[in-house]
Amino acid sequence: MYLQLWRQTHVRFLAHTQEKFVSNKTENAISVLVQWTPFILEGFLLNLVISFLAMTIGTLLGVGLGLMRISRRSYLNNGARIFIQILQNTPWLVILFAVMFLVPSQFKIGGAQIAISGWVQATVGLSLPIVANVAEILRGSVHSIPSAQWEACDSLGFNRRQALSMIILPQCYKRMLPPWMSWYAILTLATPIVAILGVREGLGSAQAAMESAGGKPEYLMPFYGFVMILFFIYIYPIARWTKWLEQRVSQ
Amino acid sequence: MSAYLAALFKDIHQKTGLNFVYMYDQFEYRRMIDGVWTSAELIVLCLICSIIFGLVGAAARESKSRILFMIVGAYVEFFRNTPPYVQLLFFYFGIGSVLPQIDMGGYFEPLIGRFGWAVISLSLFGGAFVTEIFRSGIESVPRTMREAAEALGYSRIQTFMHVVLPLALRFCLPALGGILISLLKYTSLAYAIAVPEVTYTSQLIWNDNFNVIEMMITLFIFYNLAVMFFSLLMSSLEKRLALPGYG
Repeated sequence: MYLQLWRQTHVRFLAHTQEKFVSNKTENAISVLVQWTPFILEGFLLNLVISFLAMTIGTLLGVGLGLMRISRRSYLNNGARIFIQILQNTPWLVILFAVMFLVPSQFKIGGAQIAISGWVQATVGLSLPIVANVAEILRGSVHSIPSAQWEACDSLGFNRRQALSMIILPQCYKRMLPPWMSWYAILTLATPIVAILGVREGLGSAQAAMESAGGKPEYLMPFYGFVMILFFIYIYPIARWTKWLEQRVSQ
Repeated sequence: MSAYLAALFKDIHQKTGLNFVYMYDQFEYRRMIDGVWTSAELIVLCLICSIIFGLVGAAARESKSRILFMIVGAYVEFFRNTPPYVQLLFFYFGIGSVLPQIDMGGYFEPLIGRFGWAVISLSLFGGAFVTEIFRSGIESVPRTMREAAEALGYSRIQTFMHVVLPLALRFCLPALGGILISLLKYTSLAYAIAVPEVTYTSQLIWNDNFNVIEMMITLFIFYNLAVMFFSLLMSSLEKRLALPGYG
């Protein structure tokens, strides 16, 4: 019965693989890729800019949210907790969509009209998950400080704000660094998602380059492979450095 | 009950303008349910396949063969340090275009469809992280346990299956839960290759009905509920598997 089925549906390879010049096509694709490499590298620069900006905004706001999360006032604490939970449970793509639809693409201040380009909206969108995760990192590291420190602050007459700013938080910075760097790597690996929304960064540039060069299917693997290698060259050293930092901090 | 809900949401739409179409319109309801179901299938398949790849990878890292060790090491480093979105596009567009196509009579269908490529790509991505988690779990099993098993006459594979793996699983369960939740969220990337999961379906619905904010709220609710349900599952599993008096 299966032999009958096999006879009925015959398998066909795509036309271009039946040609004998398979290696010629690949060589051609690689030469086209080399031609377009500067363009794709410019786009990759935008990726890095997005990651730096999103990390900066995310860290600044995240530290604020984290301080709210460790506050003793229940409205700040619980409000921050719900906000962090929602941001941590939602996929980055959905958050990005929400921000792209909700943040206006231009608004008026006084008389001037300011246009916000797509990548700026995308940066704000990507910074929101970082806000939540930096807040959690802060909370985790404050909780990991031994309670003896808090008791010592108490016995020396520090109030909570002084204890946090002078004693506890300075000890936290070193512990926060490895997870923070790990989140930077995750953020950078998430920046190609903005290509779905039309931003011309590294991946968007590669896709545009493929279209300009004719859109042939043999371009797909070299171009996407090149984008992956770019990211690998950037992220792998960061990942190794983070591991080394983690070992140093835990001593 | 459903007629009551339908009437309620239609009423809400008329009174406040909040348009939850899929609650009172039969067509949109069917679309939404299909999207949610596809999402659920995608999530379950990806999680199971990630765990399988992770187990295979961790076992390969344990083995004595140097080549296997290096291959799995390369796989883990590659999939952890490259963007998952580009991996998905590489698999679906890149590899998918050189695979054979099946003659269906009048048209040609690719051998592995969008859903299949989404599962393959996301599982390989998740498997790389799960391999690392299992490896750290296996390494944290005290050497005394292995020596005791060896003294009792267990072979290498028997030690791995009956002594090391159960303990490693219990050690790494919290971290594993975190990674699987992260993978659950990454499944929304399948939107980009038009897999009809909940994000894609919501977009279709809001394109037709112009109710972006309501569909966004629905998406947030769906993913939050999915993550909360999964977290509950993981924490109940942790409680069930907890060894009394151990950690």
